[in-house]
Amino acid sequence: MSTPPMDELFGDIDLEWEHRKNRAFRSLCFLSSILGLAALALLIADVLWEAYRGVSEYDIGIIHFITSTGSVNPDRAGMYGALVGSVLLIVLASIMTFFIGVGAAIYLEEYAPDTRLVRLIDANLANLAGVPSVVYGLVCFGLLINGPLDLGRIILVGAIALALVVLPIIIVSAMEALRAVPDSVRNGSYAIGATRWQTIRRVVLPAAMPGIMTGTILAIANAWGQTAPLLMVGAIASARHVPTGPFDDITALTVTIFDWAFRFQDQFHVLAAMGIVGLLVVLLGMNMVAIYIRSRYEKELS
Amino acid sequence: MATQEPDDKLISTEVSADETVRNERPDETVLAAKDLDVYYGEDRAIDDVSIEIPENKVTALIGPSGCGKSTFLRCINRMNDQIDVCRVDGDVVFKGKNVYDGDVDPVALRRKIGMVFQKPNPFPKSIRENVTYGLEVQGKPATEGDVERALRGAALYEEVHDKLDTSGLDLSGGQQQRLCIARAIAPDPEVILMDEPTSALDPVAASKIEDLIDTLVEEYTVIIVTHNMQQAARISDKTAVFLTGGELVEFDDTATIFENPADSRVEDYITGKFG
Repeated sequence: MSTPPMDELFGDIDLEWEHRKNRAFRSLCFLSSILGLAALALLIADVLWEAYRGVSEYDIGIIHFITSTGSVNPDRAGMYGALVGSVLLIVLASIMTFFIGVGAAIYLEEYAPDTRLVRLIDANLANLAGVPSVVYGLVCFGLLINGPLDLGRIILVGAIALALVVLPIIIVSAMEALRAVPDSVRNGSYAIGATRWQTIRRVVLPAAMPGIMTGTILAIANAWGQTAPLLMVGAIASARHVPTGPFDDITALTVTIFDWAFRFQDQFHVLAAMGIVGLLVVLLGMNMVAIYIRSRYEKELS
Repeated sequence: MATQEPDDKLISTEVSADETVRNERPDETVLAAKDLDVYYGEDRAIDDVSIEIPENKVTALIGPSGCGKSTFLRCINRMNDQIDVCRVDGDVVFKGKNVYDGDVDPVALRRKIGMVFQKPNPFPKSIRENVTYGLEVQGKPATEGDVERALRGAALYEEVHDKLDTSGLDLSGGQQQRLCIARAIAPDPEVILMDEPTSALDPVAASKIEDLIDTLVEEYTVIIVTHNMQQAARISDKTAVFLTGGELVEFDDTATIFENPADSRVEDYITGKFG
């Protein structure tokens, strides 16, 4: 039996216009993805070039840059003090937010009754996560520096501002991780005679932990790059100051970069670029850890 | 054993030798429901059910979808407490005590009455941790012997004894379900509730579970919800037929239900005229 010609079988179906639409939309989507990537690549290339100029043109040693403290003399300026400030801020903010954030998520997901108030809180957490970070900085300035309390412009206040910024993000992501644990597993635990807390601690939390950790690390990476709230609570830039504890004057890497970028000497601009590279390396490291945790434990559920 | 079925038998109730011995034991009621009503909001899921379930026997609950058989099962260990809109009226009496009395802690009750679910739901933990979980939440340290006993009791030991520390989720569906049975029997409960335990499994895995139920009943009382009438006929001693609306239409020896039911609606259901 010979094959009938194409036209005889499908001649009444005209797909040309459909295929054209398909190709057009595909090109549009491809272009959008390329544009985003290109903008990012351009930015990183520019920063890397500026930083490279620092090493070649101004002969700034990388070790020297990391280990020396800020100074008005660009030859002696480095990011050590700012780095210590940033690390202190992040560590404090993480400690403050992780337990409160995960605790709040556990309450809202596992314990809270389904009332109107709880649903209102639930819905508004996402809104809180979207509030511009400068607002949290203002709140801290108003309450903790220039208000009922006068703690001064110290690391602790900066850490509180950062904690306020990341707390809703941590709560929302931890709630998502808890929600991803199937109810069948909870029921399995209840049915064998486990209490609610035993079920949460022994089954639900271990299963949700990779998701919680991933969300927390990404939120903290976000805090690591924050500048505005720290400016609001009076972070000082590129001082010869190395903070030694939570009650010391506040300084941070992002604020120092911000300051360097607006100096008139070109060498400071180059220093800012080098600082950004340092900032990005830490950010990239955190994101990689988060991706690693996610991919490592991803298949273990369900 | 392909014997010719007599015409008056609706479904073969060929019994094993064990089962014959079992059938001669007198019935001792371990669990009973009295005038039990269950509502989900305004909807009545169980309508005035009274039943006496004998110890160390297999009792099957059958009926069409939505007839309340699973709801009834979940009343026994108070898993319905988890559902906000669920309201229970009437008594469920376990060894003389109404489990809905104010002084009964559902957590304690569930330590005496284990449960196996429709979809295998092992914890995302190792095989060993799955088995020891029930003992550990009771604050009892679990020994290697406990693990072996439970896994042997669930006919799983031979297949997993060399990989007890791998994840329970790496097992096949049928093995996962037997792991869930091992998990349920490890703390040595008195009753085991099974909610369609084979409906998510292939026929070979399902038949292993059926064989297992036959041995479990030596030590435990088994109450099994199934939508598979052949399964009920094969494995159970007693059968309760629920029909739409949550009504218990007939409860009797399995042989009687399948060969000579008193209620014409049960006969219609069993012969496939509805449901």
